[in-house]
Amino acid sequence: MGKKIFKKEIRLSGSGGQGLITAGIILARAAVLDKANVTQMQSYGPESRGGASRADVIISNAEFYYPEATRFDVLLALTQEACDKYSVNLKDDGILIADNTFVKNISLLDTEIYELPFTDIAHKKLGTKLPTNIITLGFLVRKTGVVSEASLKKAVTNSVKPQYVDLNNKALKIGYKLADEYLIKD
Amino acid sequence: MTKNNIESKVVLMQGNEAVTRGALDAGVNFFAGYPITPSTEIAEICSTELPRRGGKFIQMEDEIASISAIIGASLAGAKSMTATSGPGFSLMQEGIGFAKMTETPCVVVNVMRGGPSTGLPTKPSQADIMQSRWGNHGDAPAIVLYPNSVLEGYELAIRAVNLSEKYRTCVVLLMDEVLGHMRETVTLPDLEKVKIINRIKPTIPPEWYKHYEDHPKYIHPLASYGEGYRFHVTGLAHDAYGFPTNRADETAIMMERLDKKIKHHLNDLVQIESFYMDDARTAIFAAGISARAAKTAVMMARKSGKKVGLLRPLTIWPFPDDAIRKYMKNVRNIFVPELNQGQLLNEVKRAMGGVWNYESRRSRKIIPIQKNDGQLITPADIINKMKEVK
Repeated sequence: MGKKIFKKEIRLSGSGGQGLITAGIILARAAVLDKANVTQMQSYGPESRGGASRADVIISNAEFYYPEATRFDVLLALTQEACDKYSVNLKDDGILIADNTFVKNISLLDTEIYELPFTDIAHKKLGTKLPTNIITLGFLVRKTGVVSEASLKKAVTNSVKPQYVDLNNKALKIGYKLADEYLIKD
Repeated sequence: MTKNNIESKVVLMQGNEAVTRGALDAGVNFFAGYPITPSTEIAEICSTELPRRGGKFIQMEDEIASISAIIGASLAGAKSMTATSGPGFSLMQEGIGFAKMTETPCVVVNVMRGGPSTGLPTKPSQADIMQSRWGNHGDAPAIVLYPNSVLEGYELAIRAVNLSEKYRTCVVLLMDEVLGHMRETVTLPDLEKVKIINRIKPTIPPEWYKHYEDHPKYIHPLASYGEGYRFHVTGLAHDAYGFPTNRADETAIMMERLDKKIKHHLNDLVQIESFYMDDARTAIFAAGISARAAKTAVMMARKSGKKVGLLRPLTIWPFPDDAIRKYMKNVRNIFVPELNQGQLLNEVKRAMGGVWNYESRRSRKIIPIQKNDGQLITPADIINKMKEVK
């Protein structure tokens, strides 16, 4: 049986300081552990906080050349601006995950949309907004299966400072749980 | 961890990191620099890795000092490198000319960003292609390499160091901002298989040594300060011992050597990739990150039955004139996507001058696809332009 070719284009978007590039690197590392071909690239302004920021991850089991995501299989939007700007380039069967702490208006029809106040949830459950990126990553991976969860856990553990491994693993579990519960609510 | 464990593993690596790894594996043991986005990671990694390996890292007060420091270190026997971006590259031009004039090996990495001036620090641009060739004043050729992937960043960094040692000159490694910051899957080769070139050392007694002795192949041995060989180094036109001269005969010999040592070795220096060019009727000529878009465009066009190919220079200077003439002779149109206002386009036109005869020239075109707003040229941009021209 021939191997089925897959290629997933994922854009993580929001503003500087939300940890999107870190999340992109972690997702790419997880894909490498899955033995996939990966590119991860980013776009951001000269400032370290604020300003539009995004990370693109392309995962495939075949060779590909252009490293920028152009038609997204998955779009994560953590700000209204990012959602407005990029949701038009979602594939017809693409998935939008939006943080409705900040994204109040989604003008897409007929698309698989998941809305949750990820930032508020992080603050409430973990006492800090910082791991929002990891919660959304957990949610994204459980919903889409773009990488294996074992690889994702390993990638998170390898990517954060030892003193923050527990916190981020907790965040990952919250993300998974939110994904499971979202299914039930639907 | 053993060396093999690190080297032969598939890893996710950033472009700047790959360039640094390549340079270190090629034996670079001295880095002086003034960190600047988007090249900062190169200085950052050198600052931790070099001391660990017994090398030297110095953060200088500016880019003029940085280039000067690596030239000095090289004269003392080090394999030296610096890394910068547009604004710093402009400041380094004086020093780059000095390195070429004094025939001192060194490597300058320029991770290009939007310009002019401080421009767009975090956005891609390919606008330093001409500066890397003509940036320094005076007549001297340039060796400039230009990768299009993270792995190639590693490979061409090694090649840049090797060529600088072999040809006794400053070699520039051009990088795209996107490539410098991008991460991708890389399988690094075994270090034992990496070919390393070191400068030739004089075998004659110190009192016979001429720092600029003429050699049939225009490349001559290079002594280091501190080894007992005495020589003079100046940016002025100089004789075989390195002392200033105004004599036409001595100046002519010197200028000829600077030129010929590059032009007599084009086979060694020029590297191109031919991607689906063999039966191509339409060609794309692109370098660096724009070539990545072009490759995807080629695959898309091939899928719909169109015979499109890509010719890509890995060595951008000396320009691959002969390869362009050979591969483009029978194509109908040439598309040149680039993140500037036609720096490659005009070179392709120059190289193709006289290749197409008058009759065919009317139906054949060299077509620009250009952006300089900090965004990448996408495969769709190239495909759409092709449909437009037809």
